Amino acid sequence: MSQSTNEPTETGADATAPTGGTTTATEKRPRRGDKGKLSANTLDGIGGMGAPGPDAFLSVRDLRVHFPTDDGVVKSVDGLSFDLARGKTLGIVGESGSGKSVTSMSIMGLHKPGTVRMTGSVKLDDTELVGAKPEQVRALRGKRMAMIFQDPLSAMHPFYTVGHQIIEAYKIHNKVSTAVAKRHAIDMLGRVGIPEPSSRVDDYPHQFSGGMRQRAMIAMALSCDPELLIADEPTTALDVTVQAQILDLIRDLQSEFNSAVILITHDLGVVAELSDDIMVMYAGRSVEYSSADEVFTRPQHPYTWGLLSSMPRLDRVRTERLRPIAGAPPSLINVPSGCPFHPRCAYADRTDGLSQTVRPPFAQTHPGHYSACHLSPEEKQAIWETDIRPTL
Amino acid sequence: MTTTTVKPTAAKQAGESLLQVTNLTKHFPIRRGLLQRVVGAVQAVDGLTFDVARGETLSLVGESGCGKTTTGRMLTRLLEPTAGTILLEGQDITHWSTGKMRPLRREVQMIFQDPYGSLNPRHTVGTIVGAPFHLQGIKTERGVKREVQDLLELVGLSPEHYNRYPHEFSGGQRQRIGIARSLALKPKLIIADEPVSALDVSIQAQVINLLEDLQDELGLTYVVIAHDLSVVRHMSDRVAVMYLGNLVELADRDELYSRPMHPYTTALLSAVPIPDTQRRTKRERIRLQGDVPSPVNPPPACRFHTRCWKAQEICRTETPPLVELAPRHQVACHFPENIDLPDPALHPGASTPLQAAVAERSPDGEVPHDDASQAAPRVIPLDASGDASRPDDA
Repeated sequence: MSQSTNEPTETGADATAPTGGTTTATEKRPRRGDKGKLSANTLDGIGGMGAPGPDAFLSVRDLRVHFPTDDGVVKSVDGLSFDLARGKTLGIVGESGSGKSVTSMSIMGLHKPGTVRMTGSVKLDDTELVGAKPEQVRALRGKRMAMIFQDPLSAMHPFYTVGHQIIEAYKIHNKVSTAVAKRHAIDMLGRVGIPEPSSRVDDYPHQFSGGMRQRAMIAMALSCDPELLIADEPTTALDVTVQAQILDLIRDLQSEFNSAVILITHDLGVVAELSDDIMVMYAGRSVEYSSADEVFTRPQHPYTWGLLSSMPRLDRVRTERLRPIAGAPPSLINVPSGCPFHPRCAYADRTDGLSQTVRPPFAQTHPGHYSACHLSPEEKQAIWETDIRPTL
Repeated sequence: MTTTTVKPTAAKQAGESLLQVTNLTKHFPIRRGLLQRVVGAVQAVDGLTFDVARGETLSLVGESGCGKTTTGRMLTRLLEPTAGTILLEGQDITHWSTGKMRPLRREVQMIFQDPYGSLNPRHTVGTIVGAPFHLQGIKTERGVKREVQDLLELVGLSPEHYNRYPHEFSGGQRQRIGIARSLALKPKLIIADEPVSALDVSIQAQVINLLEDLQDELGLTYVVIAHDLSVVRHMSDRVAVMYLGNLVELADRDELYSRPMHPYTTALLSAVPIPDTQRRTKRERIRLQGDVPSPVNPPPACRFHTRCWKAQEICRTETPPLVELAPRHQVACHFPENIDLPDPALHPGASTPLQAAVAERSPDGEVPHDDASQAAPRVIPLDASGDASRPDDA
């Protein structure tokens, strides 16, 4: 079922993605490789997005990352599609088990080969990453795409100085002497706001405080001027005032380098501050994808509604009781049939049983706003206006 | 799931003080060298004074290193205070021995932060939640197992989980097990150390609702230690803000969030990201420079002065006292925000508005001074026979 073609749509070889850029997809073609079953709605939660946009620097179509284990296949990512342009920020929001970290590791090619089955298409500026040779991906990693991890203390090597780690990354991609690389490392540390960089460059990671360590990791990631920066929960381990500093730093550096940024987090406040677009993930699938304004003013998925309702907020009148989402995130080995959110959804009974059996298509409800839900746009509008928005 | 309609059955005796803390201090010695000489101290908590009324929820808020977890552990007497007093229902428990504290453990319980680390992985849920009964030698009418199963139901777990092991549960469920354990002996006071920060957002809401329901149903008093200001605003009646071991502001919840007076509190509140894209450009965020200083060498006088945009010379030389500047609203700052203070020129001996305000209050016009230059030197010699406690990872 691999689809590592360079044109992810239009041709008959790709049986599921519809043609063209406008995508209220109505084509129904049988899915290959589905063991003979034909689902009633063949879009099946993916591909409702057509060809990559003209200015998309990173384009992901129908990414699936499965891990075969003794207990079964863990479907960590099961049909993800999005575009990202240079200079823009995509916020990926999800809870534990939503597949957001696996997404970022897959884009960077950081999974151990042999343990993972990756299909779909990930195109970094016309270079296909799915199925690419490891040497090819390694040449891109650090140079054109870089990652900031959640816990800098465990992500950086404790035995080497911070300077050494930055120099190492720089020298792999640039033929320069160590002295030149060290000057560059000092320059980078200064740019991320570490005081006295010329003496700090020789310190070890444990000698930095949490916020400074994260800055050092950002310096390491940006040392080769990558065009894509993936930040995986960069501020979860940090205090709120330090978090504010780091988010400001990422924003400033993004406009300076014009990089595309993917920000992965569970904090809706953080994505509201920083993202241009937001993608909400649940059980390895994208359930909503649109601009940040759209997601906060017109969310189109019950899970997003649930997230917005269950958070206590500083900017609203205090409610007596929070409205949590019932239940718990599902196991990725036994993902519920049909819509994976249906066991927890308060509106699953309004879909005539479709939620339990048929995977909802990832379709456009408004221009540029995609969601995977069986409810009709009118129903969603009604529920949002009457049930959800007044309580926020 | 827990019952959704809970009738408050325990009457709250508002105003009665359950816990009184005065000048609570904890310094962890730093030892170096072959002879393990004490060369300094981590001044984790310094001079905390507050009360907790029966039935209310007091939150201790602050960032890493402010000493809130250390305070929580002192309140449960897991740590020995270096100075100060703790009064529980009028009894001075500050330096009670383990044996003397044991009966009191029925009154004061703790919920820990890490749902993965706070449950013994080799014990079943039944053993974990039933342990308090066995340790205290409590005789139950229907047997410990029945009590444990009732507790599990109370927190929203199924009684069949009695024989399962912690690893079979998710983080939210483990936190519920921890809560069930803390409720076993029907305590009066629960210290909850970051009870929801390790949980996903949707599970956080469930556990917060559960804690509130239990408080109504069982008449509990909570001291909640947290750093998430949105959660704190939801759960608390009163909020105490800590910075580097000091209490900088203490007020009723609505008062604190609508009228924060200490610059650190205003900076904290402005740093919290709001999930609303419309407000992104309109907000003016106060950017604090730098990091929190080390508690080994805290800045003299006002510990916040190194990062404060309002700091002046007096902030470096005189420690601001904790003064009640509005009803039930105490602040420790020479130049508090959001309040009009009298002109210092009108009061002899007052060089800041705060001192002028204090002068207006005390009958003989004396202004309290706390001159940092006369404070104890940075290296705090602790006698060799004294504090044997080790620095915590908190």
